[in-house]
Amino acid sequence: MIAETGLIALWLAAGLAALQVVLMTLALRTRVEVGRTIRSIAVVQGALTLIAFAMLVLVFARSDMSVALVFENSHSAKPFIYKVAGTWGNHEGSMLLWVTVLSVAGAFFALLSRRTSERTLVAALGAQATLALGFYAFLLIASNPFARLFPAPPDGRGLNPLLQDPGLAFHPPTLYLGYVGLSVAFSLAVGALLTGEVDSKLARAMRPWVLGAWILLTLGITAGSYWAYYELGWGGYWFWDPVENASLMPWLAATALLHSINVLAARGALKAWTMMLAVIAFSMSMVGTFLVRSGILTSVHAFAIDPERGTFLLALLAIYVGAAFTLFAVRAATLKEGAPFELVSRETGLVINNLLLSVILGIVFLGTLYPLFVEAVSGEKLSVGAPYFNAVAGPLALVLAVLVGVGPLLSWRRERRPVFKQLTVPTLLGVTALVITFILAPGMTILTRLGLMVATYLAGASILPLVRRNPLRAPLATWGMVIAHFGIAVALAGMAMNGAFTSERLAVIKPGETLSVGPWTVLLKDVTPTAGKNWTALEGELRATRGDSITVLKPQTRYFSDPPTETSEAAIETFWNGQLYTVIGKPDPSGGWQLRLWWKPFVTLIWAGGALIALGGAIALLGRLWRRRRVQPEWRKERYA
Amino acid sequence: MKPKNQRLVLVVAAVVAVLVAALLAMWGLRDRASYFYTPADLAAGKAVNGQAMRLGGMVERGSIQRQPDGVTIRFVVTDGQARTPVVYRGIVPDLFREGSGAVAEGRLENGSFIADTILAKHDERYMPPELGNLAAEHKAGKTLER
Repeated sequence: MIAETGLIALWLAAGLAALQVVLMTLALRTRVEVGRTIRSIAVVQGALTLIAFAMLVLVFARSDMSVALVFENSHSAKPFIYKVAGTWGNHEGSMLLWVTVLSVAGAFFALLSRRTSERTLVAALGAQATLALGFYAFLLIASNPFARLFPAPPDGRGLNPLLQDPGLAFHPPTLYLGYVGLSVAFSLAVGALLTGEVDSKLARAMRPWVLGAWILLTLGITAGSYWAYYELGWGGYWFWDPVENASLMPWLAATALLHSINVLAARGALKAWTMMLAVIAFSMSMVGTFLVRSGILTSVHAFAIDPERGTFLLALLAIYVGAAFTLFAVRAATLKEGAPFELVSRETGLVINNLLLSVILGIVFLGTLYPLFVEAVSGEKLSVGAPYFNAVAGPLALVLAVLVGVGPLLSWRRERRPVFKQLTVPTLLGVTALVITFILAPGMTILTRLGLMVATYLAGASILPLVRRNPLRAPLATWGMVIAHFGIAVALAGMAMNGAFTSERLAVIKPGETLSVGPWTVLLKDVTPTAGKNWTALEGELRATRGDSITVLKPQTRYFSDPPTETSEAAIETFWNGQLYTVIGKPDPSGGWQLRLWWKPFVTLIWAGGALIALGGAIALLGRLWRRRRVQPEWRKERYA
Repeated sequence: MKPKNQRLVLVVAAVVAVLVAALLAMWGLRDRASYFYTPADLAAGKAVNGQAMRLGGMVERGSIQRQPDGVTIRFVVTDGQARTPVVYRGIVPDLFREGSGAVAEGRLENGSFIADTILAKHDERYMPPELGNLAAEHKAGKTLER
């Protein structure tokens, strides 16, 4: 009954979404007042999908093997938390989560929106319902998560053990919240283009959604990067895998949008550009979903074999993106001119930021899709990996990081003060760092060397907006910006130091023997069998010593029975100045064991930087939401925004 | 600057940005995309020495030889038509074994393939039943469902 309840809730939600679209069309054509009705419908629709999702979680939690999806992806012997997390560890479940977030976001938008004009709100809720409707159709027609099996099999086939990890419980929902949070920005942009009300009021209504989605995307990407780092046992934090790029592309677009929306909110300029970015940001979310969910990445071939889902998603993508861009093309020229600004101004800084981010986005987009395109056209297989992305996008990212230090110092409209003088100290810091790298590490690659220099410079430059004033009186949004920009410097420093100073050892040693890596001497004490709830493992006991400190690490090779799989569980120990990363491999006929050891100085800064960037966003969001609570007359907002 | 001119400048800047992205991407893709080859492709001389590429095929039975240092292995990848010897230093993936599919990343040097990375499918259930499906294995080892 539970599964049927979920399915019925999903059908009802789809019906309400269709009603919302009809109401919007009516309202835009006839000026009938439907605001109140459409708001209530959006809320009920969100509640219904939430019920449907809860029902799916319930059948997974109860290991109801009569539901095909549970049988395919779960097993009664799994730990409870992974039974629940398994709900979204598969195609149908994750698509249901996607559409749930989409309509719940619509519901919250309907409930909370106070700043949007009634007409734009109705249009935006209609656009949001149009999006949801397509994905309801996808679920109900091509990916029903509630399909039953008869007779019910005795037990399930298990979950990919790689996904049996706390990271799974947290990572995909966070990313989805971010992906789909951008849908509200998309719908607002579409709504505003329909009604023609593209102004700073709209930007202020859109900003919290963009900021919220961006924070979650940042967190999701950072968490995903750490997950890949410790779970795959390869010691890398970013592989330029298409799945990773699928989350990076919306982030890049959202980052650009986050900056341009400030220009629209504060100065009423960059109207068309901001609307286009709002459309692009969510389009990138849909591209990402399509890449990950259509099976096209495994191979174009597999996509063609099981065309229903892939083609359906591709059609949805083409219709929504195509329609939004057509609307944009028709309406962009009718928008009023924005406020003018001088060449040296905050506006110009943000335009350059946007252009650089767009170029990087374009490079990642082309690099990710090129192999699919080539395979589809010529059948030839190729892969585009780190060498391409690092060489092409890396230098641009560094240039952007340099400008991040400059932009916040400029004032709106025109800059008359000699701002560049303020950058003397940070520049000197950066140059000093560069000189030190030449003395200490002559063999570094150019990109890592420049990375360290820019990181040092930016660490200093990013805090300047607080230095030139009383920091306690600075708005929270300024604090958020400073922290996020400082986070970029921290992450960049982590990447550069990891690239430059990592030491690695790979060898076979017998119990009782030692191996050294970086400042560490690692003794293999013993290898013993051990077991968990649904796995058995061989566990190495390592004693690492550096000076007086001794650390015990226990890397494992795990064997899962359902489905039969091996994974290696790296053992990682974190210190203030780096991480010791250990992996145990296969036994040697002579009684030795393969050991792979890394000493990674300051690698943790990468994720600490990511966390700081998200924290900065959160503080700015708090500041924005708090500010809007204080009742201010409109003219004051305009003047001081 | 007049608003009209300003809009024009912004549009031109955006167009230039798109062009720059496309040009940079084309330049980067021209020599940084690594092609996927099978042993038959290599035997036919399709690849150049030293070029970054991926090699895919089945690990020939009885071909894995562990070198005295314990961490270097030599094995042969075959696609039924040709054989390519591979040298790899490192811990092999969990499901790397004789008779299974594998994809190696690296380069060709004097007829043998020097692998930097070996990818193998993590889940045994999805192993290709016959060699014909090897193509579908391309990248599969790295594309994890998240």
